[in-house]
Amino acid sequence: MSSIDRLKPGQTAALLSIGGERSFRRRLMELGLLPGTPVRLVRRVAVGDLIELEVRGCHVSLRLAEAARLAVELPNG
Amino acid sequence: MGEARLPFRVALAGNPNTGKTTLFNRLTGSDQKVGNYPGITVDRHTGHMRLPGIGHVDVLDVPGAYSLSARSPEEQLAIQTIAGIPPYPTPDVVVQVLDATQLSRNLYLLLQIIETGVPVVVALNMTDMLAARGEAIDVPALEQQLGVPVVAVSALHRQGLAELSGRVAEVLANPDLGRTNWRWQPQDGALLEDMALVSAAVPESWCRGSLSRRRSFSLWALLSIDDADELSAVPEDLRNAVAAARASATRDNRELESEVIGGRYRWIDEHLPTFLEQRSTPGPSRTERLDAILLHPASGFLIFLALMGVVFQTLFSGADPAIAFVEGVFGTFGEAIEDALLPGFLRDFLVNGVVAGVGSVLVFLPQILLLFLFIGLMEDTGYMARVAFLMDRIMKSLGLHGRAFVPMMSGFACAVPAIMATRTMERRRDRFLTMMVVPLMTCSARLPVYSLIIAALFPPAQIFGFVPVQGLLMVAMYLFSTVVALLALAVLGRTIFRGPRVPLILELPPYRRPHLPTVLRMVAQRGAVFVREAGSVILVCTIGLWFLLSHPINPPLATDYDALRVAATSNLETAALEERLATISSEETGALLRASYAGRVGQAIEPVIEPLGFDWKIGVGLIGAFAAREVFVSTMGVVYGLGAEEDEGSHTLRESIRRATHADGRPVYTPLVGLSLMVFFALACQCMATLAAVRRETHTWRWPAFMLVYMTALAWCASFLLYQGGLWLGFS
Repeated sequence: MSSIDRLKPGQTAALLSIGGERSFRRRLMELGLLPGTPVRLVRRVAVGDLIELEVRGCHVSLRLAEAARLAVELPNG
Repeated sequence: MGEARLPFRVALAGNPNTGKTTLFNRLTGSDQKVGNYPGITVDRHTGHMRLPGIGHVDVLDVPGAYSLSARSPEEQLAIQTIAGIPPYPTPDVVVQVLDATQLSRNLYLLLQIIETGVPVVVALNMTDMLAARGEAIDVPALEQQLGVPVVAVSALHRQGLAELSGRVAEVLANPDLGRTNWRWQPQDGALLEDMALVSAAVPESWCRGSLSRRRSFSLWALLSIDDADELSAVPEDLRNAVAAARASATRDNRELESEVIGGRYRWIDEHLPTFLEQRSTPGPSRTERLDAILLHPASGFLIFLALMGVVFQTLFSGADPAIAFVEGVFGTFGEAIEDALLPGFLRDFLVNGVVAGVGSVLVFLPQILLLFLFIGLMEDTGYMARVAFLMDRIMKSLGLHGRAFVPMMSGFACAVPAIMATRTMERRRDRFLTMMVVPLMTCSARLPVYSLIIAALFPPAQIFGFVPVQGLLMVAMYLFSTVVALLALAVLGRTIFRGPRVPLILELPPYRRPHLPTVLRMVAQRGAVFVREAGSVILVCTIGLWFLLSHPINPPLATDYDALRVAATSNLETAALEERLATISSEETGALLRASYAGRVGQAIEPVIEPLGFDWKIGVGLIGAFAAREVFVSTMGVVYGLGAEEDEGSHTLRESIRRATHADGRPVYTPLVGLSLMVFFALACQCMATLAAVRRETHTWRWPAFMLVYMTALAWCASFLLYQGGLWLGFS
């Protein structure tokens, strides 16, 4: 288990859980980020403190601090 | 039967970026209206379309949403208008636009809509983009799985629109064709108990006798209502029921959100393979390849800055010919009236009140239209989301959203379009906060004022042998206003606009070729809304200012100017006479202004502005500047008896300013007074058009009033500190 911001760009992992505020979790879930959903880290923009994810064919961007609340199952354990 | 029946109501719903607006334009043609929803800052787009065998129906374009769940009154609009919660009527059919390339997420909203029991017809848009993604959709299979009609359309290429109209007409004739039972069923016993508890508290007026609606609203309430939401018109019973359900869920270590949302997505994931075929795995999409450049920390910023440079330059100088054209047309129009009518109240009212007022409304249009053209293109191509992405770091540190950057930047050209541009932000708090500080940015109307003061009071000298003092002062004024705007942002954001920091969830939609007619229509609608709603306020203010500056008519004056004219006519000839008469007229105009209501107000406020180093003549200029800051220059021309045609480059006006003295012989204008005046102009809200625009965007006078008060107070204090501090330090 790891948080999603630790993925390498281009790497895909299955989502385990989302932490944080209820409305934050609700919004992400409604965009289709649910336990088991594969999520790909598209890019990490260090200067912007942002990461871009691809989930269900859609691209969503989150701030690093908040992305750290998304736990994933790393593909190689 | 021949009885009059209200037209059928069609609601157009869908996720953002699905081509919904283009479809709305295609269906309704030019038969559209933009209005407001009561109490919130969301435009209400309505239109009409003709359906086979039915005739005209009303079409409502529901703002794009990912879900019916809501936290704010703006988001609440989706459930209210789609499901029809009073006071909003229930639509007779909902047309949901699905983006074929993002089917899974789009279906989530569709499942929610189906659950509310309103008849649905699905418009499957963007099917032409599927091949590039290596995907294909089996439309009959999709229709079968969904249980509601599905029509493949291309809003862009006008395909499938006739079939869509036909299916909508069928459903209007037989609503059950568009209804189906819930695609997923809550199975979990505890969740069913929660739903039963909350269902009982859902008002009957929402349910209209339908158990399915009652159950769907109970799920909506469970996901939307909590102790931090800002929803409106939620009954206390319902809140209590949700709170009780949530408390018991927390006790049992259950998560209501994942049970409900997961239930819907489980249905989607299970059924997706039956209608969506992944034929090949394509390489990185065009969007991803573009983003590698456009979101790159170096090239992305450079391209963005270059683009903003173009936008800013266009707003700043590109709009000039159009502005000059508007001014020219109204000038000519005013002159024509002057020629046609006899001098008097009516002529004066028409020329200086009405025509000047309408002109001062329309003069904003070039910049508004240009800015919205850029914004429309940026939104329609998908680039706006990248702007928010790139600017998030900077704007976040100011407590704002990345999207606030474009309005803030535009404020350097003109606050009016910039304030209208704040609507690209979703959160009301972000919009209002941005609006409150945008007028602090140095807009182009301040330039003539700065130019006049700098040229008149500061020597064209150079420091260090090469830095021109005058240019340096101009740059300093820009820096000053930007720093103050950022400080105001920080202070207001932590005080009256204090709110929880909202996590950023930013969708980066695929890049698409902009649909120019859709963009242009939006631009035209924005312009029309400004003219209609802010324009009336500006017109009334201009007429009011005209009245203050030109009344009372024929006040008693100390000098008999007619006698002077007679004397001049008998003593002088031709050229000398003409010059003398012109001087007399200018002096008379100045004397009339001093005797006018505005002049009296200027004299009345002198004690208030005296500590800033201003005399009553500057006071009159400040009142005139309320029509528009640059009017300060021509008002000063009138005050000094030079005529209204003076501009900031005028040597006579500069001379008059340099020569002006107080009664005791001290000069009125010193470099210190000049600085104080520029600081006052930088910070004061000397612009009724800005106030009118804020009123239009916030739908209340409270925010414009607040803005006027805080900016004027800020300006007074800053000028006071500068002037008194300067005096104390021995400057004069």
